[in-house]
Amino acid sequence: MEKDIILKVENLSKQYRLGLVGTGTLGHDLNRWWSKVRGKEDPYLKVGESNDRSTKGTSEYVWALKDINFEVQQGEVLGIIGKNGAGKSTLLKILSKVTGPTTGEIKTKGRIASLLEVGTGFHPEMTGKENVFLNGAILGMTKKEIESKLTEIVEFSGCERYIDTPVKRYSSGMTVRLAFAVAAFLEPDILIIDEVLAVGDAEFQKKAIGKMKNISEGDGRTVLFVSHNMAAIQSLCSRVILLENGEILNPNGGEPSQVIENYLSNNNEKVDYKTHAANFKVNIIQKKIYDFKEPFKINLEIEVSDDVYESVYIDFAVVNQFDEFVLHYRMNIDKNKLIDLKKGGNPISFSIENPGLVLGEYSMIFYVYDKMGKVLFWVENSSRFQISNLSNVLIANSAIKSHIVPNVQLEYK
Amino acid sequence: MTNKNDNWLYTISPKQRLIDLNLKEIWCYRDLLLLFVKRNVITVYKQTILGPLWYFIQPLFTSVIFTLIFNNMANIPTGEGVPSFLFNLAGITSWNYFKECLTGTSNTFSQNQGLFGKVYFPRVIVPLSVVFTNLVKYGIQLLVFIGFYLYYVFFTDKAENTSPQNAIVFLPLLILFMGILGLGLGMIISSMTTKYRDLKFLIGFGVQLLMYCSAVMYPLSYFKLKLPNISWVVEYNPMTTIIEAFRYMTLGLGDYSVSKMIYTGLVSIVIFLIGLIIFNKTEKSFIDTI
Repeated sequence: MEKDIILKVENLSKQYRLGLVGTGTLGHDLNRWWSKVRGKEDPYLKVGESNDRSTKGTSEYVWALKDINFEVQQGEVLGIIGKNGAGKSTLLKILSKVTGPTTGEIKTKGRIASLLEVGTGFHPEMTGKENVFLNGAILGMTKKEIESKLTEIVEFSGCERYIDTPVKRYSSGMTVRLAFAVAAFLEPDILIIDEVLAVGDAEFQKKAIGKMKNISEGDGRTVLFVSHNMAAIQSLCSRVILLENGEILNPNGGEPSQVIENYLSNNNEKVDYKTHAANFKVNIIQKKIYDFKEPFKINLEIEVSDDVYESVYIDFAVVNQFDEFVLHYRMNIDKNKLIDLKKGGNPISFSIENPGLVLGEYSMIFYVYDKMGKVLFWVENSSRFQISNLSNVLIANSAIKSHIVPNVQLEYK
Repeated sequence: MTNKNDNWLYTISPKQRLIDLNLKEIWCYRDLLLLFVKRNVITVYKQTILGPLWYFIQPLFTSVIFTLIFNNMANIPTGEGVPSFLFNLAGITSWNYFKECLTGTSNTFSQNQGLFGKVYFPRVIVPLSVVFTNLVKYGIQLLVFIGFYLYYVFFTDKAENTSPQNAIVFLPLLILFMGILGLGLGMIISSMTTKYRDLKFLIGFGVQLLMYCSAVMYPLSYFKLKLPNISWVVEYNPMTTIIEAFRYMTLGLGDYSVSKMIYTGLVSIVIFLIGLIIFNKTEKSFIDTI
C-alpha cells in the first residue's frame, strides 16, 4: 500500500555568492532590480557553478543545491548522507525555513520543526525552568504543551536539582542535556534532526539514541535525519538519499545499507596501485560496512595478463584512520600456503572469524611478492571499510574495545 | 489513498507576496511573544542592586537636567501655570517609548543572528516583543509621571493651569502610533543593516538629533516664534505631533488638532507598512547576507 506523501521537494536550488559581501553588492542588486523591472530573469542565476570546493571556478556564484527533487512519505524516517559540504545543512535550513530557496518549491502537509542545534535561545541569566519554557516556545510549543511535559523534560535531562538556578551556573554538559531534553519532547508532524546525537557523554548518547528510536518507531512520526554516524543512519532510517556537490545521486532513495556502501565506496579518494610489473590488475570485492561482531571477509581477484607466476605470497594489512597497522597477515610464515598465479583471473579470499577491530574506518594494503622476496606489486590505501555497531546502536561506541588475535582463513583454488 | 497533490499545508518557495504577514501563525506563537517580553523585562536588571528602580531613575534625572538647563538657564517658557519639570517629564516619557522601540528593534537581525540561523519562528515576533516590553516600561514611567502630576496639583500652587483635557480618551491611540512608528522605522533599519552596515552608525546619533527636532524640551509654539523659517522640520515631524498631543491631553498645553492626529496616524501606518514589507523581504534571505 502506498502511503501519503507528506513532504515534496521540487527542483529546489540554492545559490550562494562567494567572496566578500560588500564591494559590488549594491551594483549587483541594482543590476538584478533592473532585470526584474524589464521582466527578465535574474542575470546571476545563469552564472552559477556546481559547488565543488576544491577546484577554482570562474564564477563568483555557486549552487549549494541544484535541482533537488524528492518526496517523503508519512511516518517514514529518511536519512540524508553526504560528505562535508554536499549541501545537507543547506537543505535542512531551507526545509526548516531558516533561509529561503533561490528557485524551486517545497510543499508540506505537516508542521516542520527542526533540531538543528540544541540550546539555541538559552538565556544565561534565566533559570533552567524559565529556559525550558522559552526554548520550547522558540521551537514551536505552546506554554500548555510545555507545562504538561515539564516533569518528563526535567527528568530526562537529569538536571532536577539545578532547575531553579540560572543556566550560566550550569556545566556545559548540563546545558546541552537540558536543551536536548526540550527538543526531544517536541511533537511536530515532521522532525528534522541534524547531528544532535553527538552531544553529552556515552550514557546520555545512549539515552538520546533510544529516544530518537522511540520518536521514529513508537510514535510513527516522519523524521528527516542527517548524520555522519553510519551506524545510526542504518539502524534508524528506512530510506536514505545521498547528496554530492549539491545534487542528489539517488532521487528515489534506497535501502540504507546499500546507499551507505555506495557512499563509502565513492569515498575512496585515492587508491594507490603500485606495481613493478605493469601486467597486474586487482579487483577487490568487499563489503563496505561491517558489524563489529561479524566475520570479516575479503575477495580478491588478481588478473595477470601475460605470464604465469608460480609460488607467490600475499601479505595484507588493515590500517586504521591514523595510518597505524592494526592487523597484519603474513603468508610466508607458512611455506605450504604458496599460491600460483595463472594467466587470467585468480580468485582468492581471506576470512577472519573474529577480527577484533575497534569501531572506526579502515583501509587495506596488499603486497604480492615471489618466493625470493621480490615484490611484484602492492596496493595501498584501498578498499576502505567501516566497522560499526549495527546490531545494537544502544551500546555506546566506547564500550567496544576488545582485541582478539585473529585467525585468518585462506581460500584458494 | 488521498489526492497526492492537494491539501498542502504550506509551500516554501522563493516567490512571495508583498505583505506576507501571517496573523494566524503569529497567533500560534503568542506564547513565545509573551515569554520574550518576560525575558526582556526580567533579565535587564538581573544582578543590579536597584533593579526595576532604574526604570524610574532615568527619566527623572533627565527631566531634572532638562529643567535646569533649558528652562532655568536658557529660559525656554513652558507656559503659565505649568511646572517645567512636569512639562519635561511628559516629553521625555513619550520620547523614551518611541526611542526604545526604534533602537530596540533596529538591531533585530544582527542581535538574533545565532537564533534566526537555527530555528524558524515568525521573525516579526522579536521586534513585536521589544515594542511590548517597552510598553511595560512606558506604563511604569507613566505611573511616575502621574505621581508627580498629583503632587504638583495637590501639594503646590505651581500647577493652577494644569488640567487633563477630554482628548485624553485618545491616549491609547497615541501610544499605538508611537509604537508602530518606532517599530516601522526600526524594522526598516534592521533590515537594511543586514546587508549595508552603514545605518548602524547613523542610528546612534540620528536618534539624538531627532530628539532635538521633536519638541521634547521646548513647546512647538516657541520654536515657531524663534525660528519660523525652519519650523516646518519640527512641525511635520510625526513625533512632534505625538508629544505635543500628549502634553495637550495631560497638561492642557500644546498644539493639538484632529487633522494633525490623522496626519500622524497615516504617517505611522505608512512607515509601519513599509517596514513590514522590507522586513518580510529580508527575513527569508538575511542569514545568507549578514
